This record gives sequence, C-alpha cells and structure tokens, in this order.
Amino acid sequence: MIEQMERPAIAVRPEEFRQADSGDREKVFELKGVGVDYGDAAAVKDISMDIRRNDVTALIGPSGCGKSTLLRCLNRMNDLIPAANVHGELLYHGEDLYGPGVDPVQVRKLIGMVFQKPNPFPKSIYDNVAFGPRVLGRTESLDVTVEKALRGAALWDEVKDRLSDNAFGLSGGQQQRLCIARCIAVEPDTILMDEPCSALDPISTGKIEDLMIELKEEFSIVIVTHNMQQAARVSDRTAFLMVELDADEDNRWGRLVEYDETEKIFTNPADRRTEDYVSGKVG
Amino acid sequence: MGSLSSERARLAGAGARATVAASLGGQPRRDVWLNAIFASLLLLAVMVALAALAALLIQAFVKGAPALSPDLFTNVPSTLNPDKAGFRPAILGSLQLIAGVILFVVPVGIGAAIYLEEYADSSRWWNRVVEVNIQNLAAVPSIIYGILGLAFIVRGPLDLGFILVSGSLTLALLVLPLVIIASREAIRAVPSSIREGSLALGATKWQTIRTQVLPASIPGIATGVILAVSRALGEAAPLLLVGATVFVTFDPTPFSEDGFSAMPVQIFQYFQRPQDEFQTLAAAGVIVMLVVLLAMNSFAIWLRNRYEQTW
Repeated sequence: MIEQMERPAIAVRPEEFRQADSGDREKVFELKGVGVDYGDAAAVKDISMDIRRNDVTALIGPSGCGKSTLLRCLNRMNDLIPAANVHGELLYHGEDLYGPGVDPVQVRKLIGMVFQKPNPFPKSIYDNVAFGPRVLGRTESLDVTVEKALRGAALWDEVKDRLSDNAFGLSGGQQQRLCIARCIAVEPDTILMDEPCSALDPISTGKIEDLMIELKEEFSIVIVTHNMQQAARVSDRTAFLMVELDADEDNRWGRLVEYDETEKIFTNPADRRTEDYVSGKVG
Repeated sequence: MGSLSSERARLAGAGARATVAASLGGQPRRDVWLNAIFASLLLLAVMVALAALAALLIQAFVKGAPALSPDLFTNVPSTLNPDKAGFRPAILGSLQLIAGVILFVVPVGIGAAIYLEEYADSSRWWNRVVEVNIQNLAAVPSIIYGILGLAFIVRGPLDLGFILVSGSLTLALLVLPLVIIASREAIRAVPSSIREGSLALGATKWQTIRTQVLPASIPGIATGVILAVSRALGEAAPLLLVGATVFVTFDPTPFSEDGFSAMPVQIFQYFQRPQDEFQTLAAAGVIVMLVVLLAMNSFAIWLRNRYEQTW
C-alpha cells in the first residue's frame, strides 16, 4: 500500500491552483480497510482511501479488479445482491454508511448513481427526470426542478420542445445525459458513475466529460472508467486498482495499488505497477 | 516484369472466381430432396391443426346459422319449445362468472407473481418447490378443480352453497396458475437496469415495483389475464360439479341459491337432446362462444404486439 503523497507545492493546472486547498477539503468518503465478499470469494480487499468533496475521483484498473464493486459499496447498491458482504469501515461525512441505523434507501437519495448502459425509464423525458422528486414527495414546482436538472445535464436545449416524448427516442448520449439529469433532480450530494461513457461515441463522451467538470462545482463525483485518457482528462484524483491472485491462482480479488493526484498517477506514479498500467504495458 | 505480375494476378483472380462459383452451385440433389420432404412434413403438421379449426367453424356455422337471431340472446331455455329457446340466462351467468374470476384472479395472480419474482429468494428450496408446483397446478385437469370447488367452496370450509360465486371461485382457482405464470414472465421481462435505476434514485422497493416494474409489465399481464379468462369462459366440467344447473329460466344473480347456468353448460345440455332443433340451437351457441373466444384471444394478441415494451 502506497502512502498518500503530499501535494506538490506548485500547481500545474489552473483548476488545481483554484483548488489548492484540496488536501484540506472536507472528506465525503473515508474508507478504512473496506473489503467486499461475494459469498466466500473476496471481490476487493482492504481498500483505504479518502474521497474529497467537489473532486472528480476516478477508479481505474484492469477488468475484474473490483472497481465497480467498490463503487457500488458507496451507495449500498451491493445490498441488492444477497450474497454480497461489505466489511471494514466506510464513513460518509463521518457517519458509518453500514451502521445499524442506516437505511440504504436514504443513502441512495444522497448518493446518486449513473450506470454503464443508459437506462432511461420507458416513460416521457419529463417523467424520467420527475421520477426521483416524485417518489421522494417533492412535487412542488416540479417543472422548475425538471428544467433545472435538464439544464444541469446540458440537455435542456435539445429536449425542451419534446418533454412529453418517450425517452427511448433519444440518442445514446442524450439518454445518458438524461440519466444524469434524473440523478441530479433529486439533489444528491455525490454522484457515482459506473463507466458512464463506455456505450457512447466519442462526441457524446466529450459532452459528458465536459458535464462532469461542470458538475463537480456542485457535487462530488466518483467515476469508474476503463478509459485512462478519460481519467486523465476529468479527474482530480485517481485510484489505481489491480487484480491480485492467491498462491495457487484459484482466487482473485482487487487491491488498491496507488491513490493520488491524477497528475501524479499519470506522470510520476510511485508504484511500478501503476506506471506499467498507465503507460499501456499491461492491462 | 510489371506486365508479367499483372498477368499472373489476373489468372489467379480468374481461378479463384471459378472455384468459388463451383462451390456455390454444388448442393447435392439428395440434400435438396431431404429439405423439400422435411419442409412439407412440417407444413402438414400445421395443416392438421388448421383443418381441425376450419372443420369446427364450418360445421358450427352450417348447422347453427338458422338459429342465429337476436332471440338467441334474449330468450330463456325451454325443454318443450326449441323454437323459442335461447341462451339469455346462460350468457348472463357466464358474464357474471367471468367478472368474478377477474375480480379474484387479477389481484391474487399479480400479487403472487410479484412475490415470486421480486421478493422470493429462489436459492431457497421452498421457493423452488412453490415454483414447480405452480407449473404443475396449471396442468391439473379442470374436473379436479370442480371436485375441489365442491369440497371446499360449495361445502366444507367456505360452505357457500351452489351459488354463482362458488362457480366463479372454482374457475378462478383453475386459471390462477396461468395468470401467475404469464405475470411472472411479464415482470421478469423488465430489465434489472430499470430496477437499479429506480432504486439508485432513492425509491423504495415497493415504489420501484409500483411505478416502474408493474406499469412496464401491464401489457404482458393483461394478455395473460385475457387468455386465462377465455379459458375459464369455455370450461363446463368444473361448473357442473359446483351447481351450474341447466334449465335456469330466470336471470341469475351472484348469491342466489336458485341456480345459475353458463354458456358451455347450456350448449352441452342442448346437444344431449334428441330433437334436431336443439342441435341447431346448440350449434348456434357454439358460434356465439367461438366468436367471443376468438375475439378475446385476438384482442390479447393485439394488446401484446401493440404495447409490449421492447428494451
């Protein structure tokens, strides 16, 4: 396990300069020795990291390294899998996310999620965005909420004249931005994104990446991505996970190798394995 | 050298084309014959099914056409006077029976399907036992349900007596497995990404089921209900056991002990009579039932094609 590096004294990017207090900013998540088992098999082991407010935090690593599993711990989506078991300490704004009095439904109101494949509901564009506020009983000035969310997801201008059309008529990239709009309509504090661009073309991907950079003003974002350029473009901090095997190679699980400023992970990683991965030698 | 190599390329190309042409055209005659024979056997299988349906329709129409008139729907049955006999109490009886079936089968069937699909943990053996047995129940002969209705609904624990509601409940039990199976399939067809998307927005499980899963599966469920109801509509055997009497000459009511009738029972009884006029009357009843059943089934198919969600 690599110690977290002190941030460099000289900021190398404008946004880093602006966020020069990144190290002191409030921690959204604190993971201390978090592991996930599916039945008897460990999926990830012993992850310790802090995720900070208004950062885009990227989780990268080869297939099967447990990035998505780890992400799904953060809003208790793993609860939906009966065999999944999360252990270790996972604090959200200092509160134990897996504490006895915590209701996963309440957790998911605060920590939204955008999935790999756009999954709009088979309803109108308006009803998709209004769904969250409606189930939470926030139906006052719903039109305003919907417009704000669609504007927030940079989709308003494209759909404002056809809000009652079925969401399935949108393109893949628009559907994914609709899913982001749907997510921010419930005004979460954090948005988790599980490879949100893997099903999209480069132009749609670019739009969503721009959107992430805008959204982090207001939200904290954790993104799982297979695309290292994407991590380098959008994220402030990057965690690199890797698959580990036991001695007889029967079991495999994910481990956190290195977690640091994105800049550092991609230019001067502390761990040899990180360097091999980000330079394309392995993975 | 340039011209030599281009000549070689041309020859090689021509050779390759000839080989391809030879291999494309060379299906053995035996294969051609086998294919043709197999296709005609399959067509024959289809024809047998269609011919049976056509024979039924033609026979019923030829025989029953003379009796088709509005009187058929408005007149009450008579043993003495076939010219003035009709199906009015049987039609009203069938309608009430079906209404009762729907009232019972829709909430119970959909409820059971939701439980099995969304709540039951299928890795538990008892849930698998329930699943297998629902499949089995769908295959139980209807007369057995008639005996069950007689023992448990007409008499026994419920002790409702020989009333129309007893018939409704018996038919409902008979078609309940069909509704459960169709509803489960419709619910299962809703992709889990929709459930996840809803849950990730802070919706509860029940909110997710009520606002996402059920609306998306309604076309499939409705199709299943219609098909189940059309099965119930055509059943005579279980009704005979729970008190469908034949010559009901008044309009039946749900809770009356005076007796009730239904279309298939009435048709069966008309057919048993020796006089030709009753045979004609029965055939006319068959036409009415066939038209209603075909219309219901067509509507179910239309509903499925029109509204079923493609993901």
